[in-house]
Amino acid sequence: MNLYRYASPASFYPLAGRLWPVFAVIAALLAVYGLYEGLFVAPTDFQQGEVYRIVFIHVPAAWMGMFIYLVMAFYGVLALSFNTRLSAMMMRALAPTGMLFTFLALWTGALWGKPTWGTYWIWDGRMTSTLVLFFLYVGFIALTESIDDERRADRAGALLAIVGSVNIPIIYFSVTWWNSLHQGLTFSKSGGSKMAPDMVIAMVAMVFACWAYSIAVALVRARAIIREREPAHVWNGEAA
Amino acid sequence: MKNRHRRFAWIAVGVAVLSVAVALVLKAFQSNLVLFRTPTEVAEKKVPLDRAFRLGGLVQAGTLKRQPDGLTVRFEVTDTAKAIPVRYTGILPDLFKEGKGVVVQGKMEPGGDFIATEVLAKHDENYMAPEAAEALRKAGHPVKGEIFAGEKPVVTQQPTK
Repeated sequence: MNLYRYASPASFYPLAGRLWPVFAVIAALLAVYGLYEGLFVAPTDFQQGEVYRIVFIHVPAAWMGMFIYLVMAFYGVLALSFNTRLSAMMMRALAPTGMLFTFLALWTGALWGKPTWGTYWIWDGRMTSTLVLFFLYVGFIALTESIDDERRADRAGALLAIVGSVNIPIIYFSVTWWNSLHQGLTFSKSGGSKMAPDMVIAMVAMVFACWAYSIAVALVRARAIIREREPAHVWNGEAA
Repeated sequence: MKNRHRRFAWIAVGVAVLSVAVALVLKAFQSNLVLFRTPTEVAEKKVPLDRAFRLGGLVQAGTLKRQPDGLTVRFEVTDTAKAIPVRYTGILPDLFKEGKGVVVQGKMEPGGDFIATEVLAKHDENYMAPEAAEALRKAGHPVKGEIFAGEKPVVTQQPTK
């Protein structure tokens, strides 16, 4: 079987149609399990009490926001250098989800910051660079939607995604490079995990729930984009 | 070299050049990107002391004193090398504790006191159950969070005149 054939929108369309419900179910199951584990099973934190439990939304959302931008940049490179149609579509299908997760990370971070640090917002290195990431998503969507010619819109968006990806390492390493209100890395290669095992289970479940959710909605959105741009393929490929 | 390979190479070169440029800019603005200054920097007068800035470090254990008016607190912020006395009138965040991280915003007074207008607490990257922290402490491991969450910081009242 040649996997490359799924790089063509015509054969990708029915595949995505079969795959997205699977990921949606996985996302729902993992989210229910992860939230139960995180809100009821995981122990209270020794310094922050119950309020730390927002970590199970905040951290997966922040990771997802950063990771989706990198995936978009990757698709942007493919779209620009190999002129593949589907990569540009996937890039644009991912943007609203990335923006949503980045917004969630900022919002839950503000709600977490008030009771622990004593402030909703401060121009901390990590918070500022995450806000920049949110603006990059907004800019990406605005830019691609404002250009009528789809191919030119894709190219402009790909360029923005690639250039903006420089911001991602800045967000990630901001807490080690500059002194900041954020604590250091809880999960790192050198230090391992500095979190109780019960909490890690909930965290891992929530991270994979966010992954599955992102894949499911990106596939649905990619199908909508294919239907919009290449209706002929869709009607021939699948009787839907 | 095929066209698509050339395009790919251009992108790679572009991203590399951009990364270097961003790295240089961040390096140049290093001192403006830090959220707070350390007590050592303040003691060595590396900070413009006539302007407001943020000071960060640990609340020196045993230095937290509440003033007779009940709202003003005094404590020392230390980076274990130098300590700067801080005065603050207002409500402290829940996580504010002796021996824990803190970031205060304000100005140096001519007398050498730092007058804070805002106090923010910092927590560390460790997450564990109170029982686990207790067990670690009994086993002789240094646990940074010496007081459990929910407990109020122990404040020594100064004798009222």
